[in-house]
Amino acid sequence: MDLVTPGFGLVFWTIITFLFLLFILRKFAWKPILGAVSDREASIKDALASAEEAKKEMASLQADNQKLLQEARAERESMLKEAREMKAKMIGDAKGEAKAEAEKMIIQAQAAIDAERKSAIADLKGQVAALSVEIAEKVVKSELSDKKKQLGLVDEMLGQATLN
Amino acid sequence: MVNVLQVNSLKSLFLGLAIFFSISAFATAENTLKDSGDDKSFDPKEMIMHHVKDAYGFHLWDWDNHPVSIPLPVILWTDNGLTTFSSSEFHHDYHGEVVVEKNGGKFINLHEKVYQLDAGASTVALDDEGHPKNAHIPIDISITRNVLMLFISALLLILLFTAAARRYKKSENNVPTGIAGFLEPLVVFVRDEIGIPMIGEKKYKRFMPYLLTVFFFIWVNNIFGLIPIFNGANLSGNIAFTMVLAVITFIITTLSGNANYWKHIFWMPGVPVPMKIFLMPIEIIGMFVKPISLMIRLFANITAGHIIVLALMSLIFVFKTVAVAPVSVAFSLFIGVIEIIVTAIQAYIFTVLSALYFGMATEEAHH
Repeated sequence: MDLVTPGFGLVFWTIITFLFLLFILRKFAWKPILGAVSDREASIKDALASAEEAKKEMASLQADNQKLLQEARAERESMLKEAREMKAKMIGDAKGEAKAEAEKMIIQAQAAIDAERKSAIADLKGQVAALSVEIAEKVVKSELSDKKKQLGLVDEMLGQATLN
Repeated sequence: MVNVLQVNSLKSLFLGLAIFFSISAFATAENTLKDSGDDKSFDPKEMIMHHVKDAYGFHLWDWDNHPVSIPLPVILWTDNGLTTFSSSEFHHDYHGEVVVEKNGGKFINLHEKVYQLDAGASTVALDDEGHPKNAHIPIDISITRNVLMLFISALLLILLFTAAARRYKKSENNVPTGIAGFLEPLVVFVRDEIGIPMIGEKKYKRFMPYLLTVFFFIWVNNIFGLIPIFNGANLSGNIAFTMVLAVITFIITTLSGNANYWKHIFWMPGVPVPMKIFLMPIEIIGMFVKPISLMIRLFANITAGHIIVLALMSLIFVFKTVAVAPVSVAFSLFIGVIEIIVTAIQAYIFTVLSALYFGMATEEAHH
């Protein structure tokens, strides 16, 4: 029975010691330790949150970059297309112009050739006429020197005239 | 590799402790046999009770058939005022034979309890049950061996944990180094496994100092009880010690009880009126049974461990043959290992249940 009867002395000292211990540890141990632990936990939490934030920011930056890149690519594409079109147009224009010029030149050349030919023909005609007259003169001179021949000629002429 | 080493060294520490404890108990039993002399037979009950209970003077070992102990102050409040003397004045007697005269009073030590002889008596007279007839117990606040262990354990806890707290001040980012690295997981364990789940995220902070103090105080004293050189000072297996802690838990529970808590005791919500009336006395009894169970659980568990080891050792002297010794040592080694686990488990259970009661007292009504 003695074993389960609390002794006064030990109860007294336990109360005093325990309350003293509680007071001292609460002030000099539990508060600093728990404070440090929760501070650290809070800082870890913050660090994790900010890392997450940075990750998100990074992702959005990357998306922006992608967008910019795409835009730049599209712009390059359109510029190239424009340039190609311009080139084609310029070439076409040049071709047209050249063609027109060439045609003009050809026409001019043809005109010149025509004129030359006409003058040449006229010249030729003149010369042929002169030559013919000369030849005729000579022929006539020789032909008319003989009476018979003159009459023959007249006949021939007349024969021809009937045919016509 | 390092982990394996640590585990191994921890294991060997436990084993060593357990073996040491067993051997010490063996020596203790032997001493008691010698003390009782050849004419008396060995009384295991007396030996065990003597070691489980409190004592004046801190008995260390016997040397040359003479007990060696640290004398401790006996402090009494008698009719003549404060009376103090050293426990060595009893000359290791606890059978009421040595009478110490101090401050006009005569004192004897009968089974480690100081009695003051009534006026006129010079020796103690016992009745049939062994209680003194002509002596009474004065108000006794002596520094007994349990009180000494109380002081030592409190001092140890203060030194350990203030040293740990200083570590955080030194480090820049609250990094636990040295002793703080060892103690922080334990503190965090009490917070995360006991405080927060039992009381709740919102209110646990208020109770943390008490829970932490009670956990480490019980644990350290349980461990001290197993250390042989202290001769199994059985502070946490002393009902006075467990009673004080249980009463403090009860006081905190009662003072922090909110309206919801009292409503659950006196007028249980959600049940029919006859049931409410039926439950009220049960709940009121429960209020007191909870701390009483706390008190008895710790006391009984720790004391039982001591008694088992001592009883196993007593077998050798009961059978009067050394052939039983291997069995006794093996069994008490086994019990010793279990007791080492029990030191932590009992501290944990006491703290968890205290926290649970605080949680019940502060729980908000939920519908």
